[in-house]
Amino acid sequence: MRIIVAEDKCIGCRQCIEACPYSAIAIKDEKAFINEYCQFCRSCLGVCPEGAIVELAEEGDSRKSDLSAYRGVWVFAEQHGGEVASVAYELLGAGRRLADELGTELAAVVLGASEGSADELTAWGADKVYVCGDPVFRDFNDEPYSRMLTTLIQTHKPEIVLAGATPVGRSFMPRVAARLRTGLTADCTALEIDKETRNLLQIRPAFGGNIMATILCPSSRPQMATVRPRVMKRTAADNSRKVEIIHVGGGRLSCRTRVVETVKETSECMINLQEAEIIISGGRGMGGAKGFAMLEELAGLLGGTVAASRAAVDEGWIPYRQQVGQTGKTVCPRIYIACGISGAVQHLVGMQSSDIIVAINKNPEAPIFSVATYGIVGDVNEVIPMLIKKLKEGRQ
Amino acid sequence: MNIVVCIKQVPDTSEVRINPETNTLVREGVPSIINPYDLHALEAALQLREKTGGKVTVITMGPPQAEDALREAVSMGADDVRLISDRAFAGADTWATSYALYKAIEKIGYDIILCGKQAIDGDTAQVGPEVAEFLDIPHISYVRRIDEPAGGKIRVQRLMDDGYDVVEASLPVLMTVVKELNTPRLPSLKGKMAAKKAVITRMDKDAIGAEEENVGLKGSPTQVRNIFAPQAKADRKMLQGSVEMQVEELVKELRGLKCVSS
Repeated sequence: MRIIVAEDKCIGCRQCIEACPYSAIAIKDEKAFINEYCQFCRSCLGVCPEGAIVELAEEGDSRKSDLSAYRGVWVFAEQHGGEVASVAYELLGAGRRLADELGTELAAVVLGASEGSADELTAWGADKVYVCGDPVFRDFNDEPYSRMLTTLIQTHKPEIVLAGATPVGRSFMPRVAARLRTGLTADCTALEIDKETRNLLQIRPAFGGNIMATILCPSSRPQMATVRPRVMKRTAADNSRKVEIIHVGGGRLSCRTRVVETVKETSECMINLQEAEIIISGGRGMGGAKGFAMLEELAGLLGGTVAASRAAVDEGWIPYRQQVGQTGKTVCPRIYIACGISGAVQHLVGMQSSDIIVAINKNPEAPIFSVATYGIVGDVNEVIPMLIKKLKEGRQ
Repeated sequence: MNIVVCIKQVPDTSEVRINPETNTLVREGVPSIINPYDLHALEAALQLREKTGGKVTVITMGPPQAEDALREAVSMGADDVRLISDRAFAGADTWATSYALYKAIEKIGYDIILCGKQAIDGDTAQVGPEVAEFLDIPHISYVRRIDEPAGGKIRVQRLMDDGYDVVEASLPVLMTVVKELNTPRLPSLKGKMAAKKAVITRMDKDAIGAEEENVGLKGSPTQVRNIFAPQAKADRKMLQGSVEMQVEELVKELRGLKCVSS
């Protein structure tokens, strides 16, 4: 498929330039011209008043391998120190729904974890668990992880493979996709099935969260995606499920990297932000480290964790590890309380999928209010002490 | 030591805004910049060169105007630059992009390849690891510290969610880097002069020896089906009254949701 401008029809009105989200249309000799940035998103097709922009089918578009040989949904369940990471349970929740819609089975793959963790996974929705206990998988090294998963996929041919969009999943899954010559969509926030084609609709933010894109992998299998942690909901555990556990051998896997040491850097907040249920986040409006001490007190009362916008981190009021937003962490707690944060789009993309957002800001026009469930217009130095007081009163 | 740095020219997404009426991106006057993470990769390459000697080659895949990004790389101190550019590369997803970069890098030669951890327009973080797989070399993602290589090995710190790993790799190796690694230098006056005069070598599909069916849209397993504006929250509620009343209302709401024990 190709999108072209019929030069004889183009009047150089530039409307298509506005419509293109990829800056892929330019004017050359008074005519529109589509350059290499074109992602074939079709946004320009409808806007041309002269109908000069057209879609051409090209030979080879119908190239399709035998897709029907691929069946089943797989979840890669990552482990840390032998324990399955929480994102794996979220993926099983999402995978169960996809497998049911497709009328197929759900399998989990665990590399380097114990037998007990395999049983645990079944309670959360898997029909089958592939386990490989080879010690090579104890530490995370990209090569053996990608080789092993590639081999399993080639042998069992699942149609969908999901992994967490974590430092692990986002690092080794691309190698699997490259080797299998198939598509991988990064950091998805929603997954749907097109029942007719069995295609997976992979929805993800792009341009720093300014737009959402639906990605398809129509003519190769498996369809692979990494999924943002804390976005999918886990299903209820059911210990009565009957499950098949399949042990696989590691064989001799090449590994040219070696983890020499693993260092945990736990901050005073102790909890990983992405696991936190309640987050109290501060921005430039907090005015300094003293303001953050106030947030610590509030966090203590609510059982929450303190985070920050980039502005506060840049000021040195709080470590980078606690930064939420495009260049920090993406979080999805049950409650996110944004204090003195104006809500630049780079911050919003990191927290807007939180269940409940409370915004406290003295500027009623601040963009943070556009995503807030509850908004309080006021000075944080007045509102937060008041909130602390009321919460304490409620306890007595 | 041959060091190759992969960079991408991107629209400055911090300048991109949504027009709430039309739900389209407002890109008017949005400048093209070198992807910020790639500047850290280039800085790391220049520092390695200062320690071990060798050559830093910066490559980018993109349309002819991506040349500007390469000139900026020269101004910072890159020895050589290549523009991987061909109409046939249009519409490439991460698979087809990685394939073209791999073909070009194979022609250039390498001991160490450096990339930013991700590009700020696509945010996939996939191209680096995919290039490593195509080249059949190891890679390390999210590198925040690099020690001087010795005896054909290199030791780095890899940023993880709850800390970091010290990882050792044999050369050749590909690394994707995070911002904590370094502070990119500003172009020198001498660099700016060199950038003006630099001859940008362009490599097309045939020059890198890429197969037609593996590049551009044809080589891309994924397709963008459609794009849309993110949905705004429908259930927003601005609290009213004095600060005390607003806070009381909030505490009540939170209790109602059983988020706060009473």
